[in-house]
Amino acid sequence: MFFEQLINGLTLGSTYALIALGYTMVYGIVQLINFAHGEIYMFGAFAGLFLVAAFGVNIFWALLGAMAFCMLLGVVVERIAYRPLRGKSSRLSALISAIGVSIFLSTLMALLRGTNTTRYPQVMSDKTFHLGSVEVSSMQVIILLVSALLMVGLQLMIQKTRIGKAMRACSQDIDASALMGINVNRVISFTFAIGSALAAAGGVMVGIYYNAVWPYMGTMAGLKAFSAAVLGGIGSVPGAMVGGLTLGVMEIMGVAYLSSSYKDAIAFAILILVLIVRPQGLMGQKISKKV
Amino acid sequence: MDAIISQYIDAYYFRILILIGINIILALGLNLTTGVTGQLSMGHAGFMSLGAYTSAILTVHFAVPFFAALLAGALVAALFGFLLGLPTLRLEGDYLAMVTIGFAEIVRVFFLNFEPGGKAVGFSGIPQVTTFTLVWILVIIVIYLNYKLLNSRTGRAMYAIRENEIAAEASGVNTTQLKVLAFTLGAFLGGLGGGLFAHYMFFIEPGNFGFMKSIELLNMVVLGGMGSIPGTILGSIILTIAPEMLRIVQDYRLLFYGALLVILMIFRPNGLLGDVRFYDIKKRFSRKEVKSCQS
Repeated sequence: MFFEQLINGLTLGSTYALIALGYTMVYGIVQLINFAHGEIYMFGAFAGLFLVAAFGVNIFWALLGAMAFCMLLGVVVERIAYRPLRGKSSRLSALISAIGVSIFLSTLMALLRGTNTTRYPQVMSDKTFHLGSVEVSSMQVIILLVSALLMVGLQLMIQKTRIGKAMRACSQDIDASALMGINVNRVISFTFAIGSALAAAGGVMVGIYYNAVWPYMGTMAGLKAFSAAVLGGIGSVPGAMVGGLTLGVMEIMGVAYLSSSYKDAIAFAILILVLIVRPQGLMGQKISKKV
Repeated sequence: MDAIISQYIDAYYFRILILIGINIILALGLNLTTGVTGQLSMGHAGFMSLGAYTSAILTVHFAVPFFAALLAGALVAALFGFLLGLPTLRLEGDYLAMVTIGFAEIVRVFFLNFEPGGKAVGFSGIPQVTTFTLVWILVIIVIYLNYKLLNSRTGRAMYAIRENEIAAEASGVNTTQLKVLAFTLGAFLGGLGGGLFAHYMFFIEPGNFGFMKSIELLNMVVLGGMGSIPGTILGSIILTIAPEMLRIVQDYRLLFYGALLVILMIFRPNGLLGDVRFYDIKKRFSRKEVKSCQS
């Protein structure tokens, strides 16, 4: 029982982590809470649904297609709604702009598809594995594997490649990076593209796992993922992974052992308690204030 | 008074005017916390919800007089504002934003499961005693007190915290105390607005006070201009009327609303009346020959 709940929690948590990575990377570079990120996740889920329903492709092509589509969407959103504001306004204005984009995108999808939930078509036969007494479904295995693969890939890209180095430089000091000849705008676009692609992967997998997608699914998922990013220490990539997994496991455990009607409150209560004890998040660095 | 006014104004516009008044009270509360003191709060609807439910439960279940219930609701909200203000001593910026979001969500889930509040079905049968006159008298009182506060030593110290906390502290401003004060006062006004809202709508449900409501209130403050009383009032008026005006485009209403936010922010990044205070307006009108020379 406990181990099954743990697997359930890790599955949910890894989707939170995928979305949280987008928040944390964007935040690390431009200090913007990208509120439209939850809606990009929702668009990813719908793009995957469309590919499966219209072309009958298998889950991996649907995943890749949705990721490619959301990369484009993320870059376009950044270009239209955030870039004109950068540098000449307070961070709160950019936040309101992000909220505007979020309302726009979820309404757009509600107009296109209606507000009801859409069921995902059967994309794969559901097998159940037995590891001792623990039951694991094939979908959970796929979610865990794909998330792990994406996170390792991301970590390699950030640590080993040239663009990853540019991203790290920008997150340390964006002005100094520009002076060193880094094309800051391109790095920011790239960050949005990668973050959106990860969110889309999360969206497709959640859609298949829970067998349901709807236009407003992004709001709560976005809030949870943002709290995961904050829990881990916002701006820190490993922090988002740890935060997402922790939040997922705690939420499932809370539902299993405490009460299911308080499901959404549990995650936030834990978050508040952690922040009171550790104000910089689990893996965030304590930055001393500079004058 | 209400009877006289409602003879001349269409019931629909009358309703919008009352909602504008309630939103001005709510937004001015958030303006104190976020606009003036610079502590990003994204859970103002949580305070509103506390005020609304407390006052409604008192009037319905305990037959407490309306004014006492209204005050009690505001005080309960203020108490929670005080408690939520305490972590701000340690948290900053977006961590604080997350705590306020979490707080509002916990309050919402609590009322979803709260038996005397009707649980998820909603709370109905609240006496409809909020009147146009009452709302606007309160609006005028709240604006006046806000104006007095922001022009006092305390108010200027609050602006100083927003501009530069370290400098403010170095100049002898008790930042801890003022941040908690800003939260408490903001929450008080949130609770007051919530009580008025509950006794006007006579039906409330936890969904009325969700994350989107907090965001809507934040939009009013930021759109109008952070820290500016005239700006916040203008923002409240525009964002209360905008969804009504956009009814002509029907289903596309929220689509336009979202796009409107983006466009306004691109063209007026600091809000419509960013940091315009009553003082500046008065100066401009009273002494026309003196051009404002502030940079």
